[in-house]
Amino acid sequence: MKAVFRHELSSYFRTMTGYLFIGFLLLFVGVYSYVYNIQNSLANFEYVLSGMSFVFLLIIPVLTMGVIADEKRRNTDQLLYSLPLSMTEVVLGKYFAMLVVLLIPTAIICIYPLVLNLFGNVYLLKTFGAIIGFFFLGAALIAVGMFVSSLTESPAVAAGICFLLLLLNYFMSSLSGYLPATATPSLIAMTALVLIAALIIWMMTRSVGAAGIFAAAAVSILVVLYLVNATWFAGLFPKIMSGLSLFERFNSFVDGVFDVKALIFYMTVCVLFVFLSIQSMDKRRWS
Amino acid sequence: MIEVQHLTKSYGNQIAVEDLSFTIPNGQIYGLLGPNGAGKSTTMNILTGCLAATEGEVHIDGYDIFEDAEKAKSRIGYLPEQPPLYLDCTPREYLTFVARAKKVPEREISMHILDVMEKTGVEDVADRLMKNLSKGYKQRVGIAQALVGDPEIIILDEPTSGLDPQQIIEIRDLIRDLGTDHTVILSSHILSEVENLCDNVMIISHGRLMACDSPSNLAEMFRGTTTIRLVVDGDAETVQKILEGVDGLTDIEAAPEKEGRTAVRIDSDSRDSDEISKNVFFAFSQAGTPVLQMTMDHVDLEDVFVELTEEEPLSETESLGTSSETEEEEQS
Repeated sequence: MKAVFRHELSSYFRTMTGYLFIGFLLLFVGVYSYVYNIQNSLANFEYVLSGMSFVFLLIIPVLTMGVIADEKRRNTDQLLYSLPLSMTEVVLGKYFAMLVVLLIPTAIICIYPLVLNLFGNVYLLKTFGAIIGFFFLGAALIAVGMFVSSLTESPAVAAGICFLLLLLNYFMSSLSGYLPATATPSLIAMTALVLIAALIIWMMTRSVGAAGIFAAAAVSILVVLYLVNATWFAGLFPKIMSGLSLFERFNSFVDGVFDVKALIFYMTVCVLFVFLSIQSMDKRRWS
Repeated sequence: MIEVQHLTKSYGNQIAVEDLSFTIPNGQIYGLLGPNGAGKSTTMNILTGCLAATEGEVHIDGYDIFEDAEKAKSRIGYLPEQPPLYLDCTPREYLTFVARAKKVPEREISMHILDVMEKTGVEDVADRLMKNLSKGYKQRVGIAQALVGDPEIIILDEPTSGLDPQQIIEIRDLIRDLGTDHTVILSSHILSEVENLCDNVMIISHGRLMACDSPSNLAEMFRGTTTIRLVVDGDAETVQKILEGVDGLTDIEAAPEKEGRTAVRIDSDSRDSDEISKNVFFAFSQAGTPVLQMTMDHVDLEDVFVELTEEEPLSETESLGTSSETEEEEQS
């Protein structure tokens, strides 16, 4: 794992990607910090983070697009498969390298509130809580991006899909407010979700059977539940939608709550998508 | 030692490799020969753990390539068909990564890499970005990568493809050199290469192992008939008459050509082809009929190869036959 980690990390700084990621992040933090903290004399650095969190939509796909897709495009995945490394080591090495690329600007950002503190009263606990939340939000998004990259051979396609997914996630909680809260549309929407999940299963396994069985089982469970008690479905879909929003959960950090539940949620997303990426790479040997 | 048992790989309905079984002892050079699409690369990918077999097992020194992947893979160095290079690294950085992944002790890495680079002749370009290297150098860095960690078994998929004749000679010398203390498996569709490099040849066609033996034994297997081709300054009738007097000929075909010449094809079941051709020569000279051309068809690995691989869809092997001939000519 160390070999992959070191190689990946140095490759981010051998190419533009690492500098682009860090530069963009710091640029936006700087601009927002200037506007909020200096022009408007606010002592709340966390507002800066909340205001510029949308930058993740642009820079996470850039960071993650090639991480696995590029290996396939250049046939270097054959090297990884033939080296005495497990796919867990490979994927974790890659993931940790990206986390370090995220950690560097995060560490630099930590200086900002300390500097602000020299000229006024910054509530540092709240601020650093928000920075920690910010890092975990980024870590979860990177895991999602890495998984998307493992599904395709083209970094450009990976970047596009990743951007759309993050965009959807970004607006998910506000969109969920406009959704009908009654039972039947919820059922339909849930069915659509199940079909999307089945599609992902099919992409990973290339097995129509596995995806079909999953879809059939999940849909029939939904229908049975609906027939038993339709009121369970009332408002369920909007609730799930906003519950799944990664960006929404970051707001509680900004509001001054060190939300352990949200941290656990982020970590779960990280673990889940790292696991899925490992599976996805392992699966390729079977195709 | 590599043991392969009943290896089958299918992509959906298409079978790439079918029921392949063989054992490769230590310290020999094995050649995997077959037309394009015969399943050479698939076989190699399965041997190295890059691809999962649909059925069957591969053991490297007794370790299953899937169950004990790490132990099995640490004994193998693999050069895939396209060298798997990170183009934005230099060869030194790249080989350092491979050495770390193969768990070469950190202190020995730089010396070891120097050693490998010297062997493969890439030390001149050690610090140039690989995207700027020529195909020959890329191929050599790919081979260097396989040698890193000093694995006992080295598997090379078409190691000389894309190289110029001088480089091909160097790589072949390197492979011969490696063969003295390593097990080497290489694939090729170039017959002469396999013929003069390998101790043993496995001929694969349509995913099946057609033959496995030393090159000379394989040729011996198919010896037994001699074919002589002639161009004679005389008409077909005269030719027939002259040849009737020669013993041991099984078949004579005479086809008239322009300017009163005749093209003749003679088959004989005698193993002594020299004797037959002498007899034919004297028969013509005694009759006072000039022989303008005389060639003998040798049974070599190429014929064995064509014989073994032409049973099924012809188009593929035919096109291969011509392409390998031209390639051979280029190199000789």
